[in-house]
Amino acid sequence: MSTIAISEHRSNAPADPELMAAPPMIEVRDLITHYGTREILHGINLSVRQGEIMVIMGGSGSGKSTLLNALLGLLRPTSGTIRLLGQDLNAISDVERTKLRQKMGVAFQGGALFSSLNVLENIMLPLREHTKLDRNTMRIMARMKMQVVSLSGFENLMPAELSGGMIKRAALARAIVMDPRILFCDEPSAGLDPVVSSAIDELILNLRDAMGMSIVVVTHELESAFKIADRICVLDKGHILTVGTVEEVRNSANERIQNLLNRRTEAEVLDPDEYLRRLTGMQQ
Amino acid sequence: MLARVGDQMERMGRATAAGMAEFGLGAVLLAQCIYWVAVGHRRAQPVRLDAAFARCMEVGILAIPIVTLMALTIGIMLAIQGIYSLRVFGAEEQVVLGVGMSVVREFGPLITGILVAGRTGSSLAARIGTMRISQEIDALSVMGINPVRFIVAPALIAMMIMVPTLTFWSSIVMLAGSGWYISVDLGMSWAAYIERLTEIIKFGDVLHGLGKSLLFGVLITLVGVINGTLVSGGAEGVGKMTTRSVVISICAIIVTDMVFAFIATRS
Repeated sequence: MSTIAISEHRSNAPADPELMAAPPMIEVRDLITHYGTREILHGINLSVRQGEIMVIMGGSGSGKSTLLNALLGLLRPTSGTIRLLGQDLNAISDVERTKLRQKMGVAFQGGALFSSLNVLENIMLPLREHTKLDRNTMRIMARMKMQVVSLSGFENLMPAELSGGMIKRAALARAIVMDPRILFCDEPSAGLDPVVSSAIDELILNLRDAMGMSIVVVTHELESAFKIADRICVLDKGHILTVGTVEEVRNSANERIQNLLNRRTEAEVLDPDEYLRRLTGMQQ
Repeated sequence: MLARVGDQMERMGRATAAGMAEFGLGAVLLAQCIYWVAVGHRRAQPVRLDAAFARCMEVGILAIPIVTLMALTIGIMLAIQGIYSLRVFGAEEQVVLGVGMSVVREFGPLITGILVAGRTGSSLAARIGTMRISQEIDALSVMGINPVRFIVAPALIAMMIMVPTLTFWSSIVMLAGSGWYISVDLGMSWAAYIERLTEIIKFGDVLHGLGKSLLFGVLITLVGVINGTLVSGGAEGVGKMTTRSVVISICAIIVTDMVFAFIATRS
């Protein structure tokens, strides 16, 4: 995929009336979540359209992983609704949720490949569990996806024998093997060298263009976020600071967004009394 | 002072509540396993028999050498001790009675249970703990593959088949071990030994031992899985919960053994 095509798409995507009119693939309303008694997300509203790449960005502790876990149905929200493909994730029955999950793919940060299965078996697993295809067909389908992520020829390796970039590729291949409508990627380029990381970004763009899936990417890497995003959602301390196109986010006047973009740490304002209290460990 | 007592009380209360919660978790896990075995096929999500078979191999077949070695040693030890203590009354011949009963009813299931707890219970806890940390369990869930059906149910089936089988085997080896020592020490012939055993050991005794071992298999699996799911905090957490799993399952086995023996001898 050439860079020209990417930038063309980027400028076209948000303005495309057809895309704007399409019903949202993901719709989050007033989402509040807790870990124990601590409130993590304070009322999140977000929607992702068909064929859109939404990047959720934020620093550590901003709540982006929590938001992802809630979207995946791994964390039950305290209140608010999450609708995926029009279905309320937390209101539908187990059987319906299992069906819904076959239409979504997830590439976890560490790959989460099953260490007892080789690469091909890992990628085949969703097919084996959810379809009645015969083994040869499944093998061919899995090999096709391995071709898509440029991992051909590594079928028989075990996950422990793979490099970081190969693990991410294999995880992506497993995530798309059922041809999902929605793809979630958790930190797809974290911990990779710039070349491999940029190749993964290209791969995500290609997947969207070839299969028209909606993609949610959670990342803290600015460069990759700007490269792939149609829209960026900036999270900070459990609040959404802004949702907008790359340009809108770049030109935002919000100080906290600019701090995040320019990698500035926030200067903590501390009066001497408070400082002394902290040092001595005394409360109040 | 009063505050400190209050703190202690609170800590005790929390620990008790957490312990009760683990009991509850065990019951839920067992119920879910039964559910998936019963209706998995109808929901097009069967419990994989090939997975259970693979577990059987690991739990049972690969444990045969160590189980055999331990059983043989304990069989000989029982005969030595039996003969030594009965010599006081000049009733060495009666050693077959003691050995036969205690092996089939007690030592067979108990020793096998403890060995399997150390071997398989720990590996189950470590495996599930590692899968949790590397998000493999999450990956299963989001793929629409129920982790209980996919991981726990095959392990439970394998344990329910293999622990009684191993127990049966280890009981036979123990009896052979003590038979060998008795034949050497007392000059009793093998034929007489076996005849004496068949007189002493009733079918009910065998059932008592195997029934217990079935229970041990279930206990070891549930304790291993629960400790695996409670892992937090990386490799150190896995190690801690693996140790905890072995300690708890051995304690559970011994307590259950006593309760089972008490109830079974009342009726």
